[in-house]
Amino acid sequence: MSREIPTAFAIGEALRIAMETDPDVILMGEDVAGGGNRPDGTDEAGGILGTTRGLIKRFGPERVLDTPISEMALLGTAVGAAATGMRPVVELMFMDFIGVCLDPLLNQAAKFRYMFGGKARMPLTVRTVTGAGMQAAAQHSQSLYWITSGVAGLTTVIPSNAGDAKGLLLSAIRSDDPVVFCEPKGILFLSSEVPEGDYEVPIGVANLVRQGSDVSLVAMGATVNIAQQAAARLAEEGLQADVLDLRSLEPLDEEAILTTLGKTGRLVVIDEATPRCGIASDVAALCVDRGFDLLNAPVKRVTAPFTPVPFSRVLEEGYMPSVEKVLAAVRELF
Amino acid sequence: MQLTYERLLGAYRTMRMIRGFEEKLLELVNLGKMSGFLHVYLGEEAVATGVCAQLGEHDWVASTHRGHGHAIAKGVDVRGMMAELFGRRTGTCKGKGGSMHIADLDKGMLGANGIVGAGIPLATGAALTVKLKKTGGVAVAFFGDGASNQGAFHESLNLASIWKLPAVYVVENNGWGEFTPTEYVVPVKDIAERAASYAMPALIADGMDFFDVFAKAGEAIARARRGEGPSLLECKTYRFAGHFVGDPLAYRSKDEAERWKTERDPLQRFTARVLGEGLLSQEDLQRADGEVARHIEEAVKAAEAAPLPDVAEVTTDVYATATRTRSEGRA
Repeated sequence: MSREIPTAFAIGEALRIAMETDPDVILMGEDVAGGGNRPDGTDEAGGILGTTRGLIKRFGPERVLDTPISEMALLGTAVGAAATGMRPVVELMFMDFIGVCLDPLLNQAAKFRYMFGGKARMPLTVRTVTGAGMQAAAQHSQSLYWITSGVAGLTTVIPSNAGDAKGLLLSAIRSDDPVVFCEPKGILFLSSEVPEGDYEVPIGVANLVRQGSDVSLVAMGATVNIAQQAAARLAEEGLQADVLDLRSLEPLDEEAILTTLGKTGRLVVIDEATPRCGIASDVAALCVDRGFDLLNAPVKRVTAPFTPVPFSRVLEEGYMPSVEKVLAAVRELF
Repeated sequence: MQLTYERLLGAYRTMRMIRGFEEKLLELVNLGKMSGFLHVYLGEEAVATGVCAQLGEHDWVASTHRGHGHAIAKGVDVRGMMAELFGRRTGTCKGKGGSMHIADLDKGMLGANGIVGAGIPLATGAALTVKLKKTGGVAVAFFGDGASNQGAFHESLNLASIWKLPAVYVVENNGWGEFTPTEYVVPVKDIAERAASYAMPALIADGMDFFDVFAKAGEAIARARRGEGPSLLECKTYRFAGHFVGDPLAYRSKDEAERWKTERDPLQRFTARVLGEGLLSQEDLQRADGEVARHIEEAVKAAEAAPLPDVAEVTTDVYATATRTRSEGRA
């Protein structure tokens, strides 16, 4: 059985299932309960976007922990708890705030297992909202997953729909490695099919969401919908596109990327983030490095420009990847 | 600093301007004419006004996500601010910053800020500048009760204290950090107590009373100007509206908000006192009300009529130095 629900609800459902099936799972963050872990268990907020609504009532204030606005303590404490037997899920309200608390992720969580000769476990999940599109401006709109994807020892995933969000989050929470789970603004309130019950979407496995033979559109998170719309437009023009949803940024499903490239010989990668040192560049490098003989045209990257995120709606629209930008990139390949 | 007739009337005009500006924003959002993440300063007008009334062109302020009041009190042009919130080319930041990043360095305003606590070290840095350059200025950090739980707060106060920087740390304790009551996340009764760890004087002001804020901030600013180092000033205040515009406010009781609004409104209290004590005339207050209302209406009209930025503006203003290799800034 499945039904259509918004991604935010699917995330809440995954958290409930994870907490029901493992007493070590705890949820920590600013206003994840709301109102300061009230003793009567009321949960009027459930996070700034309501994603965790209902969890305090069900699991109580020992497992659903409102924290002060202290991101360094929040992340650092979760890392310490994860190393010593808990399985914490942290809500970092917006990924931009990673600037306040990078050390616990970068120098602690990512490296414990390696530094300690394989003896440490780090079952930590960091859920965090990414992306532009809400006029939240330069410090609440960034797609910084390229930072965490670039740190050895961290795993970074990003769903494009509600069903994957639920299954990927369950995999993330049950992983013994630290996982950054990105929640793109562009999909949080979109509804799609979500199966009932407990299931996992494996980490590191991309998903071919549309089949074609002329061009490959590789996307992640909110850009998968853009790729799908572009593919529909291309079909009207007689071009059939493969659309590959990466789902996992590190590990990257290199075989899936090379497989679609082998099929079409032409590839466009669409990434909401800025272009330097990013996922789009990694995909392009992979195509050149391991797929050179498969290429019939250059690899094109459609990304945000190399600038901060602007506030004004017209500027923000100009900043974000769009169907038109994808179509323009595809046309350069033929 | 003496509260002359002109200064007192100016303070009233500032508080009225902040109140009118924020109420206008709520109206514009309700009409669907304005979008974006907005955090309004309603109820806290006496804090920004009481502090900034004693600051001049050589002084700096760093603000928060709830920054409109600080900007207005520090003299940032209201027309530019309104245009900024409308995302116009004529805005304070050309439409690039928006509500959470309104800044005007020419006015000594280091910016609203999207990161809780981030303004505190920025003001500390401004205090270092004015000390090294001997401008005679001071730097003020405005921040909320929630920010006093950030490392940035504790590290900055420690540093400012050992370096005797001319800084004033103004914590606006409005009782709520986003959706969480302050007493849940702050174990001390008064945030002012935290100053003791940094051997810094602490003051507590009634943040709903302009006169009390003015007096206490005056002490802290004077101490900083004398080169005796920083102070922590806690202003007990209240956020009349939600954390952000659109916040359903389910986490706090309507009674609580109503009590503050009816019994403690800083504008009502100011008016009652200045009229009761004959400090300002009714005519001057009414004239100020009219001027402020007209100014805001004109700001809205001008903003609505102003051009949107050209999309090519997305890629400008990123670096001061242009180089040939920075070619990725294509929009």
